[in-house]
Amino acid sequence: MKQVLSVQDMSVTFALHNSEVHAVREMNFTLGEGETLAVVGESGSGKSQAFLAIMGLLARNGRTGGRAMMGDVNLIGMAPDQLDRYRGKDIAMIFQDPMTSLNPSLKVKTQLSEVLVKHRGFDRDKATKSAVEMLERVGIPEPVKRANAYPHQLSGGMRQRVMIAMALLCQPKILIADEPTTALDVTVQAQMLDLFKTLTDDFGTSLVLITHDLGVVAGVADRMMVMYGGRAVEKGGVDDLFYDPRHPYTLGLLHSTPHIAKRAARLDPIQGLPPSLEHLPKGCSFNPRCAFAFDRCLVERPPLGDAGDGREKACFYEGPMAYGQVA
Amino acid sequence: MDQTPINLLEIRDLKKTFSISGGFLARPLVLTALSDINFTIRKGETLGIVGESGCGKSTLGRCILQLLAPDEGQVLWLGQDLTKLPAEEMRKHRADLQIIFQDPLASLNPRMTVGEIIADPLRTLRPELNKDERRARVLKTMEAVGLLPEMINRYPHEFSGGQAQRIGIARALITEPKLIVCDEPVSALDVSIQAQILNLLSELKDEFGLTLIFISHNLSVVRHVSDRILVLYLGRIVELATGDEIYEEPRHPYTRALLTAVPIPDPKLARQRNIDALRGEIPSPINPPSGCTFRTRCRFAKPRCAEVRPPLETIENGRLVACIRWREIGVPEDAVLGV
Repeated sequence: MKQVLSVQDMSVTFALHNSEVHAVREMNFTLGEGETLAVVGESGSGKSQAFLAIMGLLARNGRTGGRAMMGDVNLIGMAPDQLDRYRGKDIAMIFQDPMTSLNPSLKVKTQLSEVLVKHRGFDRDKATKSAVEMLERVGIPEPVKRANAYPHQLSGGMRQRVMIAMALLCQPKILIADEPTTALDVTVQAQMLDLFKTLTDDFGTSLVLITHDLGVVAGVADRMMVMYGGRAVEKGGVDDLFYDPRHPYTLGLLHSTPHIAKRAARLDPIQGLPPSLEHLPKGCSFNPRCAFAFDRCLVERPPLGDAGDGREKACFYEGPMAYGQVA
Repeated sequence: MDQTPINLLEIRDLKKTFSISGGFLARPLVLTALSDINFTIRKGETLGIVGESGCGKSTLGRCILQLLAPDEGQVLWLGQDLTKLPAEEMRKHRADLQIIFQDPLASLNPRMTVGEIIADPLRTLRPELNKDERRARVLKTMEAVGLLPEMINRYPHEFSGGQAQRIGIARALITEPKLIVCDEPVSALDVSIQAQILNLLSELKDEFGLTLIFISHNLSVVRHVSDRILVLYLGRIVELATGDEIYEEPRHPYTRALLTAVPIPDPKLARQRNIDALRGEIPSPINPPSGCTFRTRCRFAKPRCAEVRPPLETIENGRLVACIRWREIGVPEDAVLGV
């Protein structure tokens, strides 16, 4: 599979008043053409910040290290005007709340055509025509009418489609979707996930899906990366991680997720709370919540290493992890 | 012996409308949020209420608690109609009927300590208790929901979402209610925390003999906690049945479509699935379709569905369904997979 993005040793730090917070550390991954990579984790795991950093959209006190190679181009550390040559054109991002990502005072068609005028040098009429075509392609009924609407006149699902249409206008190689369906109803979510599948299958777009919902991951992703406390703790194919998780946190997440087809008497959740990035525990960040932690986990941090069959995990424990053992 | 009637709460012909501005100088529009709502809740059960945003599920919860006054119909609590009670009389029942909200931090007063927040309902509802008695009850309740005693003097902002939701639960529990309306209580929480709170609610239910109304858009969560499930569409009941019946033999096409749309955390099952993707979006409740309001998105709709409003029919085992074609369309072999 052709690689479209290769992230190497990336880190994200935020400068606070008189300290620093490491939101992401030592991140490494590749994204293949037409592939869907799910990035899974709870709030504060660093999953969103990592991709905002790649897009050059960090808050002003944020700093990024390492490399994010798109072909020969390193997106990290690039000046904003230079980055604009690639953003929106080769790599695009959509967010959870479409209302706050659209300009409320501009018509949908104005916001959509801007991308084409800027990146492809289209004139207004041609750009508007392409914008309307794209609205139709992402499943918006009466696209001409919707193109003339303002964002507040559209429903949540429709706004998210507008965002997706905008992201796709220049046919980017990479689409990063940050919790794209979290604010939507299940029926609209199902339509949206179906649209993502069409994109990756028919257009060969590579998709990064940032989410906390393992149900969404199971439906669309090829590979997944689980993050905890700013680091990747397990990586591998979706089936491998769902049916044979090797990291106790991945196992815990699976047991915390209610399953519509199986009604268990009790869920078997991970105990305790996710850590604060400012006060990460010594050793493995997950050790205070881990049922399998032993002495070494308290003093030494497990590196992300090869776990066979193209999988990687950051955990010293090698024994079995049976259901119900995650306390 | 406890002689509380088995039917704790009965809702009869409930209707709720809202008047909304139609624009400058225009006549106000009427939005019908709920109509023809009829059901009973038995002591000790958990009734799940599901539906998409705007279907009226939160409005229903609020009408039951008289936080919103219904336009028509009765809310019978142990046989007494709450809608007819003067505010002063209603207050006496407030200790029995409590609510937990979705956004744990937004529903806690940031200027009150945890102890004050949890004790607050006691000031109005149990004025006879003195300061020490109140404090003793607060500590007992905090223990029941898994909060440490030393947290009593801290403020809401010092807590994470999951901890804040425990405070909200403690505040609801302290009056020793019989029924709690849980309005999306875990939607704002991370998965691992969500599971902790769901387990806590089921423990508390057993320990205190609570009856719960569990409102959520998440059908996996609702299945996990509910004995019976009520499905709402555009302010009307389309189906009411036990959890197993709903998930194994859904009779209404809307329930079927909802089930196949719920993400399933199992890649192999997800690939086998035949998602019954609903066309379009939920119609406006200001101008709902004629006849069956679901017909515009229903793949089984026939011309006659536009003519008559389907009555809520009682079928086997006392389950309810509002579809004139439920007998003809049958049920899929595996409702969740839609195959």
